[in-house]
Formats: sequence, structure tokens, C-alpha cells
Amino acid sequence: MSFVTGVGLTSYGKHDGLSSLDLMSKAAELAITDAGLKRSDIDGILCGYSTVSPHIMLATVFAEHFGIRPSYAHAVQVGGATGLAMTMLAHHLVDAGVAKHVLVVGGENRLTGQSRDASIQALAQVGHPDYEVTLGPTIPAYYGLVATRYMHEYGLTQEDLAEFAVLMRKHALTHPGAQFHDPITVADVMASKPVAMPLKLLDCCPVSDGGAACVISREPTGEQRVRVRGCAQAHTHQHVTAAPALSELGAEISIAKAKAASGIAIPDVRYAAVYDSFTITLAMLLEDLGLAGRGEAAARVRAGYFNRDGEMPLNTHGGLLSYGHCGVGGAMAHLVETHLQMTGRADNRQVRDASVALLHGDGGVLSSHVSMFLERVR
Amino acid sequence: MSGPIADWTKGSEAIVYQTCNGCGARQYFRRSFCAPCGSPDLAEHRASGAGTVYATSLVCRAATPETRAHVPYNIVLVDADEGFRMMAHGDNDLAIGDKVSARFTQFAGRLVPYFAKAK
Repeated sequence: MSFVTGVGLTSYGKHDGLSSLDLMSKAAELAITDAGLKRSDIDGILCGYSTVSPHIMLATVFAEHFGIRPSYAHAVQVGGATGLAMTMLAHHLVDAGVAKHVLVVGGENRLTGQSRDASIQALAQVGHPDYEVTLGPTIPAYYGLVATRYMHEYGLTQEDLAEFAVLMRKHALTHPGAQFHDPITVADVMASKPVAMPLKLLDCCPVSDGGAACVISREPTGEQRVRVRGCAQAHTHQHVTAAPALSELGAEISIAKAKAASGIAIPDVRYAAVYDSFTITLAMLLEDLGLAGRGEAAARVRAGYFNRDGEMPLNTHGGLLSYGHCGVGGAMAHLVETHLQMTGRADNRQVRDASVALLHGDGGVLSSHVSMFLERVR
Repeated sequence: MSGPIADWTKGSEAIVYQTCNGCGARQYFRRSFCAPCGSPDLAEHRASGAGTVYATSLVCRAATPETRAHVPYNIVLVDADEGFRMMAHGDNDLAIGDKVSARFTQFAGRLVPYFAKAK
């Protein structure tokens, strides 16, 4: 058994002058305080990576910088799925008695620490060095390929995809820490600059500075009792060229295993936190996870199903698309928001009932998947 | 294992794939073994260049000065007639399901496969 005992999140956007370690430290401090713990209580550290400041031992670099001497520490790398993968590992570590309180942290000055070109180029390297990267694709192009195929097979339109960007922006408007606070419309998304068709600028998450962290503990440390009910992963490929058919992608495999591990079914879920690097990512994952039927997710967005006051509130902080994406911390913001919702601390964004939540992360080009169910216990 | 045939990734005008003499699987990313069964007994073949478009994405925002000179360029996934999938460049108006054939062109200082509708 394990509990998410504390969470911490910085605002996303520009943090001029702050390093990746600074942003990780800010988030870590917030999470440890939130858990009611002291630095010295932390005996395990898991951290992600920084494209701005790569290091072969980032967890120990961070531990020294932050002032902790843990008995267990290392970095984890599975792209956008890293945050949830670390949380899953922390869950198993505390459950196995390896550590008592594991700090999970991600943070990067990805926006101000390097040029946008450098960020785009660094991320394109998830492609095959000989057979893909030489062709000049970008991450949006990898997902653009998936998008044209998905639209072809299930009849989605670019306007359908735009709905997801509009929804995430609507949610971000109510969070002071979000990178974007200007409302957008479907027409704005359609008119935004083409990036890698069918994806346009507003179909893509931004590059951000930011940090996020959580503490996973064997026992609750206070009144907030959010328990990890079950989680699972699936890794079907790395490169989009080697991806299986759309009907055989990893999200369906990991959610099936997570359901079996937790005993939770989709109708039990009250809040959803789903990876949304691009509008197509969110559309596909919602349908793969069973939160909408095939080709029906956009209609559910239009009907208000995923609104704060809808049947399945989704990414109420604005997601990667509008809260922002700082790398490993990006999807950890989904976890932080879920925790705030589950503990009734989401202020003006608070949903009616977030007693059971489903979180899902994706790394690479729908390559690595982590599904996780959280449950509030009284 | 038959000797390696130089392909476009090595600057030669060829698309090459491997077949496994053990289990019959085929693979496009060159390895010294068969990924499904592990057998080192592979044969290399030159593909015909004929195939069908599986997916496309027209890149309009590139990230390096060399690739920016080419925008917009169409990245395509093509299912080769020989039974493997590959990434390449192609005509900007290609659509999913189009029958295509390959030639080769220069892109950002390198040779790359380029697909157009089959005549």
C-alpha cells in the first residue's frame, strides 16, 4: 500500500534565471511541506531528466543540491511517461519496504534555458537516428503521422481536434499558475500557424519552465489520504515506424492491466488526468482508455462531458496544452492537480467528486504508457 | 547471413530490408539478428520501392537551418509491398492509401527516399 502524501507545483511559463535544479528544488520543498514532513524524513529520491542540463547522475546531483542523503536514489527516463512511471516505482518501493517516504521530482528550465529550436531538436531525437531523424521530422511530425492515420480510420476532423485545445485553455483560465490565460476558439486553433499538418500551433503544447513533485509514503502523514490503488505499464515500441496498429497501442494494454491490479472499472472513475502533448494525443488516449467510444471523444468535449462540472472532469489545471510542458514535470502537474481535487483543495476549480481518479501518461510516440488509479480513503 | 547491402542510410540509392531464414519475419531497421526470434540467420534484400501510403505529415516548422530550407516537406510512412513499413519523404499531395513508388533525392545534405504516386 502507498499514499500520495504531498504535492508541489510551480507556475509554468518563464522562470528567468532559474536552473533545472532550482525548479526541482522549489517543487520538492512544496511537496515535502505539503506532506507535513522534513527534508530529513525523505529516504528515497526519484527524479527525471533535464534536456537543458543532462547528467548521468541527476538524482544524486539533486540530492546534494537540495540537502538530502537518501538511502535510495536514481533517475528514470521514459519521456512524457516519466512522472507516472516514477510514481509507480515509488509506490512499489514503499510497498516493498525499501523506503518510507520517496520524493518524486521533475523540473526543467526548458523555455529560458535553451532556444526553442534546441528544444524541438532535442525532442526529435526520440526518433530512430538512421531511419527517421535523418529525414528531418519533429515531435509534432511523429504525432502528425499518427493523427492523419487516426483521422483516416475513425473519421475525426481538424475541428474535432481543436476542441481539445479549446477545452484545455478554458480550464487553464481558472488556474493562476498556467502559462496561458487568453481564451481561444476552434477558429483560433484552425487559423494558428501550421506546424506539422494536421497539427497547428494551438494543437501543440508549449515549451515551458517549471517544476512538480510529490511524496509517496507507506502510511498517511496527515488528514489527506490519497491511496495508489493500482498501476501498470506497457511498452510496445520506441519509433513510430515500428508502432503497432492503432487498435493495438500500449494505452489499451496498460489500462487493462491497471484495472486488473486495482479492481477499479472505468464507471467508478470520477476524475481523469490524461497526457495531452498534442490534441491528437488526448483524443486518442481518451478513446484508448475507454473514457469515450472510438471517434466520439470530440463529441463528448462539445457536450461538456469533460468540463469541470461535467460527468468526467479532465485536466482541470489546463493540461500540457495550456498549463504548460516543462518535460518530466509536465505530466506531473496532472498528478498534483488530481491530488488537489481529491483532497478538496482546488479552489475555484474544485469538482464535486474526485474520490476515484484515473491518470495516464505517454512517452515517446505513444511508445511508453503508464496507467494509474488513485482513491481517496477516509 | 548474406552480406550487408549499402542502403540510403549509407548514401546508396537503395531501400534494404532483412528476412529471417528461421521464422520468416521481416524487419526494416537493420540488426545482426531477427528481433522476433533472435536468429542470426538473416537474408538482406533490395526492396522494389513500391508501396502504399500509411500516414503523412506535412512539416511546416523545422528546427535546424538545414531542414528549414526545405519547408514545407512531407514526411510519410509507407507500407512497402515486401511487407515492412518505412519513413520517407513524399509529394506534398500524397494521401493515405495512395499507391506510390520510390526515387531518391537530397535533403539537408543527405540522400533520402522520396515517394510519388505510382504511374
